[in-house]
Amino acid sequence: MKFWRTPLDADKMKIPRGELHIIVERCKGCAFCVEYCPRGVLEMSDEFNSKGYHPPKAVEPENCVNCDLCEMICPEFAIYCLTVEEEAVPAEGGKGS
Amino acid sequence: MSPKGIPEAVIAAVSGEEHPIAPFLRMDRMPHIWCSTCGIGTTVKALAAAFEKLGTDLDKVAIVSGIGCTGRVAGYVRLDSFHTTHGRPIPFATGLKLANPELDVIVFSGDGDLVAIGGNHFIHAARRNMDIKVVCVNNFIYGMTGGQVAPTTPLTALTSTTPYGNAEPPFNLCHLAAACGANYVARWTALHVRRLTKAFTEILVKPGFCFVEIITPCSTLYARKNRLGTGLDIMKYYHDNTVIEHGADPAEADIVFGGPIICGKFVERDRPTWLEYQDQHLTERLGEKYFRAKALQEACER
Repeated sequence: MKFWRTPLDADKMKIPRGELHIIVERCKGCAFCVEYCPRGVLEMSDEFNSKGYHPPKAVEPENCVNCDLCEMICPEFAIYCLTVEEEAVPAEGGKGS
Repeated sequence: MSPKGIPEAVIAAVSGEEHPIAPFLRMDRMPHIWCSTCGIGTTVKALAAAFEKLGTDLDKVAIVSGIGCTGRVAGYVRLDSFHTTHGRPIPFATGLKLANPELDVIVFSGDGDLVAIGGNHFIHAARRNMDIKVVCVNNFIYGMTGGQVAPTTPLTALTSTTPYGNAEPPFNLCHLAAACGANYVARWTALHVRRLTKAFTEILVKPGFCFVEIITPCSTLYARKNRLGTGLDIMKYYHDNTVIEHGADPAEADIVFGGPIICGKFVERDRPTWLEYQDQHLTERLGEKYFRAKALQEACER
């Protein structure tokens, strides 16, 4: 994440991180998680599961912020996020930092 | 079961090996029968999230379902649940609630079950303000039996029994519930998972007849007959065409084919529930002779 200046509360704020788990065999390939992931973590894969659906795959798992939207919207209970340790806001910025 | 009596699903969910919803569902029955892109699974997840948020004691919850796609919910949840005859979940739920008023009784069923064959029970439970929570998953069609016209099918929509388009005006469920006297009336779609979870947390603590209508995609029948695309296309349609208007007049929140869907919390009021009114009225009339008089007195002292 890039800022034009370092936020004043950067030392207090932390970016949540999530660890994505996909239960491939339970997926029915509806693509809701791929469409609505706010961080663009997921993508439909070309592989098939045993039911013949294309499950999603995590293309940028490090971008996951553990918002749980995929977990909430998945009608098959086939994807979930687990909390991992939060990381500090990177103090990189432009002018004034 | 593990030696300590903790279900395996709970251990799997806590250790991260299984979906966090596992303690709430009978995971041995997964995968469920609902079609790909059907929204019922999402609403079940939202209900589980609401329970988790409130920290509800799941031993004090009962879920009652009727027949139909949504009727399968009662079979999938790891709670006291009741899969009843067609259209009758509300009478069964009323009996459950009155026999044990401590229970949180939730009716989780579809539009065909609740307002077609069970329409009479629905209006009378709302009129009595029975303390049950009714969740109606509305997909505008009879899904399980092959896509026949339902009382919620919008005008001009195609179904297997209306090949030239539906010519019967549909029910506006929120208006029906509000007019009959429900304490809480809201409408959301399967896309609004966070707001839906919030609505569930509100109805679980609200006394009286609470009604939540959830518009969900039926890609196998409704969308295929009407050339609406995949379930994802319908979710995009919800995203682009939903208007959120809290406190809107439900009479003006009709669902028109291809038109905007008005969502939001329409009604929230505090009419006395059936049991409260009975207790008050019969205590006045019968005094000590009323069979709940002792229980009520004990509750007051506590």
